[in-house]
Amino acid sequence: MAETIKLEVTRYAPERHQAPTSQSFEVPYRKDWVVLDALNYIKDNLDGSLSYRWSCRMGICGSCGMMVNGEPKLTCATFLSKYAPGPVRVEPLRYFPVVRDLIIEMTDFMAKLRSVKPWIIREEEKPLSEGEYLQTPEQLDTYKQFSMCINCMLCYAACPVYGLDPLFSGPAAIALAQRYNLDSRDQGAEERMGILSQHAGIWGCTFVGECTRVCPKHVDPAGAIQQYKLTAAKEWFKSLLMPWGAK
Amino acid sequence: MVQIAADALGCQVKPGGLSGTPSHTAYHPRWYRERVSTYWWLWKWRYLKFVLRELSSVPVAYFVTLTLVQVHALSDGPQAYADFQRWMTHPVFLTLNAISFLFVLFHTVTWFNLAPRAIVVRLRGKRVPEFLIAGSNYAAWLVISAAVAWLILRS
Amino acid sequence: MAKKPIEPFLWGLFSAGGVVAALLIPVHLFLFGLAFPLGWLTPPGYESLRALASHPLARIYLFVLCSFSLFHWAHRFRYTLYDGLQIKHLNEVITVFCYGGALAGTAAAGYLLWGLR
Ligand code: SF4
Ligand code: FES
Repeated sequence: MAETIKLEVTRYAPERHQAPTSQSFEVPYRKDWVVLDALNYIKDNLDGSLSYRWSCRMGICGSCGMMVNGEPKLTCATFLSKYAPGPVRVEPLRYFPVVRDLIIEMTDFMAKLRSVKPWIIREEEKPLSEGEYLQTPEQLDTYKQFSMCINCMLCYAACPVYGLDPLFSGPAAIALAQRYNLDSRDQGAEERMGILSQHAGIWGCTFVGECTRVCPKHVDPAGAIQQYKLTAAKEWFKSLLMPWGAK
Repeated sequence: MVQIAADALGCQVKPGGLSGTPSHTAYHPRWYRERVSTYWWLWKWRYLKFVLRELSSVPVAYFVTLTLVQVHALSDGPQAYADFQRWMTHPVFLTLNAISFLFVLFHTVTWFNLAPRAIVVRLRGKRVPEFLIAGSNYAAWLVISAAVAWLILRS
Repeated sequence: MAKKPIEPFLWGLFSAGGVVAALLIPVHLFLFGLAFPLGWLTPPGYESLRALASHPLARIYLFVLCSFSLFHWAHRFRYTLYDGLQIKHLNEVITVFCYGGALAGTAAAGYLLWGLR
């Protein structure tokens, strides 16, 4: 028989279990298989009731994030061979409530994304007839890195501050706010500052830096948050020196 | 997309957004949420390193206390200062100083390495690479340290 | 104008203190804490060190070094206590202890350095 590798997968059925347990599966070991392939093998051949999310299989949709041997990973971009000879522990993303098996509840994340107003805010929209808002490549470059986020939530699963304080806005949401703040077409920075310059916003962050390390899209949310703090501090001292300039 | 998803799940986004209970608590009374262990930072080297980095602030405070005691001794006269110097040769203080020195070095290195992530410098529309900023930090550190040491040793 | 949040100010102090501590403490601690007591280098005599430290610029320098470093400590230590030990409910006590300590240390530094002649 061909070589196999052991997967230890978290199982949880809210109607039957008090707490999640782990179940082992032997799956074929193939060099070109990612962890998600192994899960699909289980679902197709061993246990059809295993529940998990996935869609694109190419690191773009951001739905297949799980803990693989304790690290937040996109399972469609994580090769089994990295963990050979196994076993490979597959768990739902850490710090999120678990709905079933490997599926986590992400309403909180969605609400947080929305709370930072991640869209272009204009004081006044110019009429359509005046054409589009133009932007130079340099201007695009200032925020491009932060716009690569695929909302996979790996950074939340890496962030102990989010684990300790579920109210914390968290890495991706703040990076996304910064992405719009830095956009030359946007005028909503002040509005967002009001939302994020709270304890549960940027000030909860202690620059652990893990979010940046696990991000599959090199967004550097930790950097975004520190840049945000620096701006907030600068604004604070500016308005101290020039109180009449405050709006 | 975000908006639609949030609406579909019927979640309430309060104006201001961040205060009150987390919005997911309203749903799924049966979902499972694990409590974070108090010792979360012990199990993983990277988290431990983070906590050690943060704890480097304690040796910083220790150094300030030491310096203030030294200044006090300086203004109290030669006898008091000689006493201060004698304490410093005591093994307890030597050990404390050595440990603190290592922690402070750790602070310096981590601080300089992380600073370029918070401070974005752009030249001609391009972001100056991080290693250049960190490098100039280290250079400034060396020059300033040398200057301070020279001033003290020369006197 | 809306009420000013205090966090940006405290974070500003924390960062300034972090820079000061990173640049200056290693050399000070190395000289006075290790190199002189262990006899690796000859320490300056009492009179000359006193003359150096009581120069107005040196006093300002030492004041900045002590005060900013303490505010750096206060910020970090406060967060370490309540994230590391999960004692958020003691929030007020911790805040008073950390920033009170930094303020007291700053006052002590001001007093001592002012009196140094
Ligand atoms: S910032 Fe990175 S890790 Fe976080 S959600 Fe976006 S892509 Fe995922
Ligand atoms: S399945 Fe889409 S990112 Fe992995």
